[in-house]
Amino acid sequence: MVEGLKGDAPAYKALLSKLSGHLRAYFRGRLVRMGRGVVEAEDLVQEALIGLHTRRHTYDPSQPFTPWAYAIARYKLLDHLRRTKVSFRGLPIEDAEELIAHDDLSEAESAFDLQNLLTRISPKMRQAIQYVKLDGLSVSEAAARSGMSESAIKVSVHRGMKALALLIAKGKPT
Amino acid sequence: MKTSRFIELLSADVQPVRRGTVGKTLVLALVIGAAAAFGLMLVTVGLRPDLFEGTGSMLLAIKLLFTMSLIGIGTLFVVAASHPGRNARRRLALTILPFLAIASLGLGAILLATPMNRHDMVFGQEWLTCLVCIPLLAIAPFAALIWALRKAAPTDLRRAGAGAGLVAAALGATAYAFHCPGDSLPFIAIWYGLPILLWTLLGAMLGPRLLRW
Repeated sequence: MVEGLKGDAPAYKALLSKLSGHLRAYFRGRLVRMGRGVVEAEDLVQEALIGLHTRRHTYDPSQPFTPWAYAIARYKLLDHLRRTKVSFRGLPIEDAEELIAHDDLSEAESAFDLQNLLTRISPKMRQAIQYVKLDGLSVSEAAARSGMSESAIKVSVHRGMKALALLIAKGKPT
Repeated sequence: MKTSRFIELLSADVQPVRRGTVGKTLVLALVIGAAAAFGLMLVTVGLRPDLFEGTGSMLLAIKLLFTMSLIGIGTLFVVAASHPGRNARRRLALTILPFLAIASLGLGAILLATPMNRHDMVFGQEWLTCLVCIPLLAIAPFAALIWALRKAAPTDLRRAGAGAGLVAAALGATAYAFHCPGDSLPFIAIWYGLPILLWTLLGAMLGPRLLRW
């Protein structure tokens, strides 16, 4: 950092790269524990790097570096959490009618999405899931209708659910 | 944008940084704020005519001791609050000492006085002017201190704002002391202490809005 403050670009770059790794681990650790995403953590890494960069004149070389950098990272994390919380509070409480004023077919849409996903797994799994999970048949009924054994149905449902979960996870931006 | 690319951009053009800029900015803010408060006091309420005569001069010294000690401790706190990673809380807690000192002096004076005089001691002359002028004189120093803090990196915005409010009000009170005709210890304790505390609270409320970065 001391070299960076003097204007040594390669040293400064090396410092920022090393710091970004620590920052990423710190933000991911904190955010994931709160059930938030990895994208948010990456945004925060860059946010904190800007903070460190633009406020680097507040670092006193006679003091240890880590507490200084940590204080900025912590500030950026708290600021981010506060801001994202405020955006929820921004919903006016008087708008109770709004809940019933509009109807939405998103349930149909998400079912449509599921149909979409089902086309992307093997026909055997698709059929098993369709019977057991969607149509609500018992395993033995599904076995009788599809001509597969009960254990084959169970295995297909299990594998199919796994495959679907994987597809959903992939569908999300990471 | 990828973070690695982002780092390249940030480090592409690193200007050397001069040391001690935070301290210099704060000193500049204090000087500007003090000059503005003192100038405003001169053109509005004006100097007290018998400033250096009689008991008034001794009480002026006590007033200045009270406000200047707050400015001193408060400034030390603001300096710490401007630098991330420094523990500044203890310094903010120290600001309670001048308040305790003046409050105990004021209380002692009230207890020693005859009941007849107590009302005059507390309200003196122009207590309302005091209550109005000190906060008004503090506005310019507060703006200057916020400006300085925004150039630094406060990480506890509430406390940093409180510190700025405290120092600004103490500066305003210092300027006002050169006009103030109130000549008793309880008067100083109440009518100086109250506006300064109010400004500290106001600063704590405004800090998160004004200082975010």
